[in-house]
Amino acid sequence: MSKLLEKKIGTSHLLMGNEAIVRGALEAGVNVAAGYPGTPSSEIVESLSKIAKKMGLYVEWSVNEKVSLEVAAAASFANLRALCPMKQNGVNVASDFLLHLALSGIRGGLVLVSCDDPGALSSVNEGESRHFARLLEIPLLEPGNFQEAKDMTKWAFELSEEIKSVVMLRSVTRMSHASGSVMFGPLPETGRKAYFKSDGFILDLETGPVISAPVGYRHPIQQGKIKKVREIFEESPFNTYEGPEISDLLIITSSACTLYSREAIHLLCLADRVGLLKLGTTWPLPPKLLKKYLATTDKILIVEEVLPFLEEHVKVIAAEEAKEIGAKTFYGKNDGTIPMNGELNPDIVVKALSHIMGVPNEPMAPEYEKKAQLVAFTMAPNREQTFCPGCPHRASFWNIHKALQLDNRQGFVCGDIGCYSMAAIPAGFSTIRTLHSMGSGLGVASGFGKLDMFGMNQPVLAVCGDSTFFHAVLPPLVNAIHHQANVTLVVLDNSGTAMTGFQPHPGLNVDAMGDKAPNLDIAEICRVMGANVEIRDPFNLEATQSTLNQLMTESGVKVLILRQVCALSPEKKGKKKFKMQIDKEKCIGTDCGCNRFCTRILRCPGLVWDKDEKKAWIDEVICAGCGICSDVCPSGAIIREEVV
Amino acid sequence: MRDLFGCVSLGRHYPRGGCLSAMKEQNILKDPYNIIITGVGGQGSVMASRVLSNMLSLYGFKITIGETFGASQRGGSVMSHIRVSGCGTWSPQIPKGRANLVVALEPVESLRVLMTYGNPEICILANIRPTYPVGVIAGDLSYPEPEDIDKTLHTLAGQVLLIDATKEAVELGNPILSNIIMIGAVCGLGLLPIGVKEFRSVIQNMIPAKHLEINVIAFELGQRKSIVKIE
Repeated sequence: MSKLLEKKIGTSHLLMGNEAIVRGALEAGVNVAAGYPGTPSSEIVESLSKIAKKMGLYVEWSVNEKVSLEVAAAASFANLRALCPMKQNGVNVASDFLLHLALSGIRGGLVLVSCDDPGALSSVNEGESRHFARLLEIPLLEPGNFQEAKDMTKWAFELSEEIKSVVMLRSVTRMSHASGSVMFGPLPETGRKAYFKSDGFILDLETGPVISAPVGYRHPIQQGKIKKVREIFEESPFNTYEGPEISDLLIITSSACTLYSREAIHLLCLADRVGLLKLGTTWPLPPKLLKKYLATTDKILIVEEVLPFLEEHVKVIAAEEAKEIGAKTFYGKNDGTIPMNGELNPDIVVKALSHIMGVPNEPMAPEYEKKAQLVAFTMAPNREQTFCPGCPHRASFWNIHKALQLDNRQGFVCGDIGCYSMAAIPAGFSTIRTLHSMGSGLGVASGFGKLDMFGMNQPVLAVCGDSTFFHAVLPPLVNAIHHQANVTLVVLDNSGTAMTGFQPHPGLNVDAMGDKAPNLDIAEICRVMGANVEIRDPFNLEATQSTLNQLMTESGVKVLILRQVCALSPEKKGKKKFKMQIDKEKCIGTDCGCNRFCTRILRCPGLVWDKDEKKAWIDEVICAGCGICSDVCPSGAIIREEVV
Repeated sequence: MRDLFGCVSLGRHYPRGGCLSAMKEQNILKDPYNIIITGVGGQGSVMASRVLSNMLSLYGFKITIGETFGASQRGGSVMSHIRVSGCGTWSPQIPKGRANLVVALEPVESLRVLMTYGNPEICILANIRPTYPVGVIAGDLSYPEPEDIDKTLHTLAGQVLLIDATKEAVELGNPILSNIIMIGAVCGLGLLPIGVKEFRSVIQNMIPAKHLEINVIAFELGQRKSIVKIE
């Protein structure tokens, strides 16, 4: 049994932040969950999908975040409780619907969980969702530890239902993907029935249709809700203070930064001089609470990640109350005390505190640090990201790279979001030349594909994964076909949402809850839309390259589907198709003339150059047995033997 | 020797005294005791950190784990930070210079972490089997010789133990077991009050039953390796 279903109240469990959010939703009696996979949010829907049947929930991996929020909202309109987790970028996708949803209001509790990724540990931006809460005028909660991740999620449902508005709960990578102790509360019986009451008077919020218009009527109602929330937040137990009654410095913080700040105070032994005001309710900010603590000090340090969201809004409150509480000195992003980008850690806060308080700080003996740095720089070679051994993307981009070289018109690839984004670096032969959001590869390519009238004759390629195809590539595909753009779309179909852990998508015949589902065929979709479609196995280097070269010479929209299952997929992992070895006689090393095609260019972690023997060798522990290196070697020295 | 934990004024969230005594026994050397598990994507460092943490959690310790995983770790360095405490939740990122134990599933990764988290008293347990970065494979970068790694580690750490965990794992039938051998070796060091009993109880909930015994064998093998080396 999953520990998330533990019935015993008061037991303590080591949970990932994302699991704590799941437990909180279960304790709130959640009925429906819908999301789209994205690091660091994926484990929330993943965990719920595994226990859905047992708990009588409906859980789905929706096609994208906007649809997932619409699905979750429908449950709320039918008076159920619904959870909608997504990565921060997903909030961008869902934001159009979200703005209208904020106006229309909801019925059953609806909680949107946004997992931000400050420092872009697993993203291609470090945008944040806090600003959406202000923009859309909805409440924002931010857990500051793992227990709160659970407790706050549960309370978020209650708050949402009380004010009839979607509530945003924001986590960050160091909360979602970190783990800590969580004490469990009771799991309620969920007996809710779904019924959508919509035949009431058009302006009746309880029984009428759920619509965002008339705006002149709905917007003031929504703003009234935020006013009420502000009052509720003044008394919230999620806003805590620890420290002296009058402090030399007050730290105001939220989220994972609470843990960094507390540890920094501890490390510098400043607990009797520095106060820590940790806010769990960060939009709208509770002005009376802030006024009370601002009054206890002259200096304030605001510790938060990326943009100065808290800082700017706390300053507004401080300005409004200045007459009573006096002028304050603020430290934070604006004066450069805390960096404006990247994620924080205890050391950054220690440095800031040490600077402001004039307390010396020497975390490492300078001599040791110098020695350890020298060792790291001279002896620990940089570990550049690369595709896994046996990854179909290495073969796909090898093929694209070779085909573009042969074509010789300076063609390029518009990239998209997935493991294959790494083709922007040498791992994928640096073939990707534009990289933005989900679906943007083909969108941008569709634009490039119309520039021939301005003299552009470079072949334009776009890549996308199978899950991304459904998420956001369909509209630009329609656009490219309708406008007869000259573009070749390469669909890297590895049979799952591989980067985030093999979540199913509409191209597969299974859904999140493990039930059989009708699968949509990418090739057929493209064909009926009017594209010229070819399907190849990227491990067949010759056939793939010649097909690509042919397609690049044709006009209009061409789609090449490169089908090969991800090397980490449960069906493939740990199983080798080929046993690979080097024929030491045939490998003529540096005399070959290819200048180490095998290791210098292909750069597979399983194929290593022995610089003493000047020959390649297969690291059997790492090699996944895909066999493509055999076709790359001009001397035929890499032998593949089928494993029976 | 510098006292790394010389701080006496603790906030109310980290009560002094009462904290260690609240535990079943006073058997961690520092509170928090900071462990880093480091390696290369695909070596099972996340699994190793969860196994070890859950074992410690069984013992009544409060654990905070900080992990990095996802696409950024494909072929890159992967690190888990484990904070073991009697009092409560700590930052999921260990502060500079404050690691007590490093478990490296790959040897140069142990060198890499010292720059940020090392100190002269640190204990290092490393698998000696290299996983070459692609820059090394491509010939752009060089990888240190095993004896140089060994020698350098001894100049930067208080205690160093090197094990050929991958070789042992291959002999057991699967190189991925090297992470479990390393966890066994951690327990063999005698720094933490946990052993095969806790391992069994944790691992059985994490893997299919048919793999249980081979994992226990790997764990015990690792345990013996480090006990022998210490003696």
